[in-house]
Amino acid sequence: MTHTDVTGPGVAGAARGAATAVQGRSRNKTAVRARAAKRARAVGLNGFGLIIALITLFPIFWMVSTAFKPSQEIYSLTPQLLPSHPTLSNLRQVISGNVTGGIGSIWLFFRNSVGVALVTVLIAAVLALLASVAVARFRFRLRTTFLILLLIVQMIPGQALIIALFLDFKALNLLDSLTGLIVVYSAQALPVTIWMLRNFVATIPRELEEAAAIDGASAPKVFWRILFPLVAPGLVATSIFAFITAYNEFIVALTFLGQTHSDYTLPIYLTYFFGQHGAEWGPIMAASTMYTIPVIVFFLIVRRRLVGGLTAGAVKG
Amino acid sequence: MADAITGGSTPSGGLPTVPATTRLKVFVRRHKLAPYLLLLPALVGIALVLLWPLIQVAIYSFQNYGLPQVTGALPIQWVGFANFSTTLHDAEFWLSLRTSVLFAVVAVPLSLFAGTIVGLLLNRLGKKMSLFVSTAALLAWATPPVSASVLFYWMFSPDGGLVDWALAKMPHWLVGSTNWAQYNWATTGALPAYTMIALLVIWQAFPFIAVTVLAGLKTIPAELTEAARVDGASPWRVFWRIIFPLLKPIYLVLLLLSVIWDFNIFTQSDLIAGLANFNEYNLSLYIYDKAFTFPPSYGLGGALALIFALILLVVTVGYVRASVRQGALT
Repeated sequence: MTHTDVTGPGVAGAARGAATAVQGRSRNKTAVRARAAKRARAVGLNGFGLIIALITLFPIFWMVSTAFKPSQEIYSLTPQLLPSHPTLSNLRQVISGNVTGGIGSIWLFFRNSVGVALVTVLIAAVLALLASVAVARFRFRLRTTFLILLLIVQMIPGQALIIALFLDFKALNLLDSLTGLIVVYSAQALPVTIWMLRNFVATIPRELEEAAAIDGASAPKVFWRILFPLVAPGLVATSIFAFITAYNEFIVALTFLGQTHSDYTLPIYLTYFFGQHGAEWGPIMAASTMYTIPVIVFFLIVRRRLVGGLTAGAVKG
Repeated sequence: MADAITGGSTPSGGLPTVPATTRLKVFVRRHKLAPYLLLLPALVGIALVLLWPLIQVAIYSFQNYGLPQVTGALPIQWVGFANFSTTLHDAEFWLSLRTSVLFAVVAVPLSLFAGTIVGLLLNRLGKKMSLFVSTAALLAWATPPVSASVLFYWMFSPDGGLVDWALAKMPHWLVGSTNWAQYNWATTGALPAYTMIALLVIWQAFPFIAVTVLAGLKTIPAELTEAARVDGASPWRVFWRIIFPLLKPIYLVLLLLSVIWDFNIFTQSDLIAGLANFNEYNLSLYIYDKAFTFPPSYGLGGALALIFALILLVVTVGYVRASVRQGALT
């Protein structure tokens, strides 16, 4: 509401006569009161928003803060919000691997996790792109069946499959290996990535491809020259999503990776470290922070696409 | 793509003189095989890694499958419904099922409530504040479950943890008492352990709900809620009479997804409640324990996994129906 809006009726009323002027003034008062109420509401809303944001951020803040605190401050009887003598010692210990309960430098597990996630993304992206073109561009008999199958498969919990997967991969000699994880993660990533990519492919106008085909371009050429460049941003978002899922996966890694510490992925490394007697919270929080940062960065990159993607087309917002 | 393939220049008639690759192309085109070929690799992956194990689990559940059977020391025997009967007669099973159900009953509505409040708030806030709140929510959402579980364990730790310290500092008329000093949330029992897990799960789940609700709110014309407000309707009435009915399909999907997620939790319960004492098992931990704790019983675990999958199937069918009704398949 602007200033002229408020005074407008008052001025007009005064010109017309005394009676209306009084009426105008009272209307003026109501307007002022309404404006004050509006401002109060805005302050209230902002205050509420601030409180919610701070509460939400607090655990992450506490993780990072602990990571930079020296041991005596961590176990102090009166916890301080910020480290009074910030130290890099926790991070150094985690990076060097010389720490109580440690099983090696965090970079080793970082490399394992990122390697597994990258190969998973590569496989899942190729397979999902092919499948998504099929469901977005063709009408065929089993199309609906396939889409429903994806929705159901996506909901099968890992706990229900883990027993059979464990025995199968044991028979294949793929336990205690990152290859085994890649195979499982790639398949697990497919249902959601196909859904997400299908939505992206469906937004690309068919006419572009038709025009190219009329001009004599072959099907692969149409795909690489027309469809692929247009779907690429969607492919990036989908890949990041698949990356995060593989990077965070817990139950399969926990079951598959047993004895060989050097095969551990980050979540299993962190779990192991956390479970060791005598492990201290400073280094644990330092490892946890280092594990978390890449995911947060990726989330910030894809933030706009998160909603539509995660409900897998179910919520067409 | 369809037109790209059918619109080519080769006439559809596989003459025996043309090279094999062309004959293949023609075959694919005539039988409209292209979509199936595109689907094949993904379908094989899904079938081998996600569907076949489910069938195997179903088979194990009717067998005495254990370590001796895996190594071949003892033959595999069909045992009928023995695994199911053992399970249903096990008090621990019912206890863990109760924990899982109660957890979902508490955590799902609270997540939906918190998500809705934040969604409505984001819709009303100015640009800067809304960006700040949604970024904060995004960070909670992005934190990997393993990190988040370890972090909450630390905050609720009896030795130097923040929560016990803060609770002890509270005024007496509220909850403050010296009993909170060194109170062990994780090992005292199922109630404190799952209270802590519920807070953790809600913290990580509400952002997704909030953004989804916000996306729904953006589709509601502002005049609609504005008109109701001018007519003197309270925010409570505006929500229940206008917003909720319009967003019902979105809420249905959110409800079903939340039920599945919260009923399923394994990472958080494994790291916080742990496999150390069965009083704090939920269904996921119970299954894992039966299947893998020595001596492993894959038959028993299979029966449990099947029961678990069937319970979830009911919810999943609802989810698929809701999605189809929303036009997800078109």
